[in-house]
Amino acid sequence: MTAPIIGLVWVVVALPLLGAVLNGLIAVLRPQAKSAVSVIGPGVLVGAFIMAAAVVVGLAGLPPDAPQVVRIWPWLVAGRLDVDIAFLVDRLSAVMLLVVTGIGSLIHIFSIGYMRSDEGYARYFAYLNLFVVFMLVLVLGSNMPVVFIGWEGVGLASYLLIGFWFSDEQNAAAGKKAFLVNRIGDFGFLVAMFLVWNHVGALDFSTVLGAPWVPGGALVTAVTLFLFLGCAGKSAQIPLYVWLPDAMAGPTPVSALIHAATMVTAGVYLVARTGLLFAAAPLSSAVVAGIGALTALFAATIGLRQYDIKKVLAYSTVSQLGYMFVGVGAGAYAAGIFHLVTHAFFKALLFLGAGSVIHAMHHAYHATHSHDDAQDMRNMGGLRRYLPVTWVLMWIATLAIAGVPPFSGFFSKDEILGAAFARGAAGQPIYYVFYAMLVVAAFITAYYMARLMAMTFHGASRATAAEREQLHEAPWSMTGPLIVLGIGSAVAGVLNLPTLVGGHAWLEHWLEPVTGIATRLSGFRPVAGNHEAVLVGLAVLVGVAGLIAGFRATTARALVPAREAAPDTGLARLVYHKFYVDELYERFIVRPIVTFSRVFLWRIFDQGVVDGVAVNGSARLFRGIGWLGSRLQSGQVGLYIVVFVVGAIWILRTILG
Amino acid sequence: MPPAAPIAPLLGPALGLSAVLFTLGVAGVLLRRNAIVLFMCIELMLNAVNLAFIALAQLQGVGGQIMVFFVMTVAAAEAAVGLAIILAIFRHNQSVDLQNVNLLHG
Repeated sequence: MTAPIIGLVWVVVALPLLGAVLNGLIAVLRPQAKSAVSVIGPGVLVGAFIMAAAVVVGLAGLPPDAPQVVRIWPWLVAGRLDVDIAFLVDRLSAVMLLVVTGIGSLIHIFSIGYMRSDEGYARYFAYLNLFVVFMLVLVLGSNMPVVFIGWEGVGLASYLLIGFWFSDEQNAAAGKKAFLVNRIGDFGFLVAMFLVWNHVGALDFSTVLGAPWVPGGALVTAVTLFLFLGCAGKSAQIPLYVWLPDAMAGPTPVSALIHAATMVTAGVYLVARTGLLFAAAPLSSAVVAGIGALTALFAATIGLRQYDIKKVLAYSTVSQLGYMFVGVGAGAYAAGIFHLVTHAFFKALLFLGAGSVIHAMHHAYHATHSHDDAQDMRNMGGLRRYLPVTWVLMWIATLAIAGVPPFSGFFSKDEILGAAFARGAAGQPIYYVFYAMLVVAAFITAYYMARLMAMTFHGASRATAAEREQLHEAPWSMTGPLIVLGIGSAVAGVLNLPTLVGGHAWLEHWLEPVTGIATRLSGFRPVAGNHEAVLVGLAVLVGVAGLIAGFRATTARALVPAREAAPDTGLARLVYHKFYVDELYERFIVRPIVTFSRVFLWRIFDQGVVDGVAVNGSARLFRGIGWLGSRLQSGQVGLYIVVFVVGAIWILRTILG
Repeated sequence: MPPAAPIAPLLGPALGLSAVLFTLGVAGVLLRRNAIVLFMCIELMLNAVNLAFIALAQLQGVGGQIMVFFVMTVAAAEAAVGLAIILAIFRHNQSVDLQNVNLLHG
């Protein structure tokens, strides 16, 4: 039995698609029709959100262990292969559905104010709508190929939006980098799909997850590791995280929507979706958690010394995604998804708040014809007097990400820490290491966030007097979504209030039919109550200490604007240059590949073998045969006749003899 | 009663003459270089074939005789075209020696 409303889930996808088409047409035909775009772009998203909420309400009224598969049309039917375009509506995709359309709506509304004066306004909304379409396909897909369409589609939208201001070559290069790095991950996803198809002979999740996988077997381990390679690409984990910080070249709302709240969490979602496979492969799960912990610590460290406000947040995102992967790697799939949800709130808020700051700084620089960097925190300072609403909301998000109770991040981060510790206590001591790394990362997180707040909003203003006169709070269309996100960041923790403080762990129970079996299979056991209290206390202590240390250390120093600042030295310089990872990749991966391609693939193989032997070689061969044949055409009739007569006699002999 | 007339009188000598004529024609075509002589040799071959057709028509019925008319028609057409070509060659080369006609060599 199906609630009729669930059958209409395709409307959730179709609405943004309609918006993308309409905005695309406007962008081509009437780029100046900004009012229409302002209505269509966010309108379809709000519509999709309402529809998604209706679907989820319909789902809630059904028995919990009855996932609803909505077949749209048969897609690939060939031999044993039978793949439908079909949407899977279950409790996991329901959560993602609400996050994507809900946060997406707010960011679309914010974009009206932020992008209004841009020439590519219609094009921007067309891309943004298109992104939502593919993101919804990704979370709703009921089989791997459909998910893969969404997976590639969000990559495309991400590429288009990172390089939105493509006339600046740096931005175009950043888009290209994101696309190329993601290809590596997509390769992993594809190989995983091939392996699954080869072993199971089907690609839809219910069959794949229900197939008789040998627990701990080589096959399931290979499948999950390849899947995780895909996740590492999309969700910016070591070693494929390098594209995300560069992706900040796109407009700030894009960073908030795609590169913080939704797309980059697709990897976490995929691990949770295929949780049964990961639970059957303890090695893969440990790899997931290990990479997650390493990324969380490493990226947070880089965030300590960045000056670009968006770069700090980008590394923070990479780091927080690492937390989520530790959660799902430890088998606490619900905890990972919980952190995904709260992170979507507070990180979107941080990015949009940063957008509000950049908007104000940019406006001031524009009015005073200054060419300073509107994103460099060294040029800011004291902004709380000019942007009070943004200031308060940014502090809420900062407290949330630092894990200070009762803000949302506290609950979700704490569950992940608890999960890692619990796995350690359950006889896998390597998880104690992961736990320790996360605790250190939590301190660093709090530190760099306090540093960001102190440099941006506190202390003396480092803008000139003329610029200060131009600084003002953003219009309501920008602060409105910020306020909603601020409320979400503050209270989203109630979604999964732990039993320790008298809650009912509602989200965990909601997800239980989807992830519960996998969690139990993975060997995850929650820690006992009194231990949990100690862990929580430690986490809060670390977060608060980090905040205080970061704030003190930043305000203690006399800050100067970027153009007067001395370059960093020593360790700070190493961290500022992101440990030269990009340079190492360039030196040891990119350049060898380019050289190999140029010398071997191009000069030797393409020019030598393909062009020389195959193409020109075959031409030369036939010219030679032709030359031999042409020798017979001497023009001497007598010779022709001799040949003719000899031939005729030979034929006669053959016939008569 | 006189002895019954043979069914095909002179068949053997006729075919023998035909073979001799045909061989002469082939030899002429192979050995001579003058286009006119060569042309006449081709005619000789055609007529040798005609003789064979007529001789065998006694046994095989009227088909062979009809074929002779076709051959003569073709020979006439061929003579018209061939002579015209030879004339053109002569105008071009001031000779009909086929040794010099090799403009179409490869």
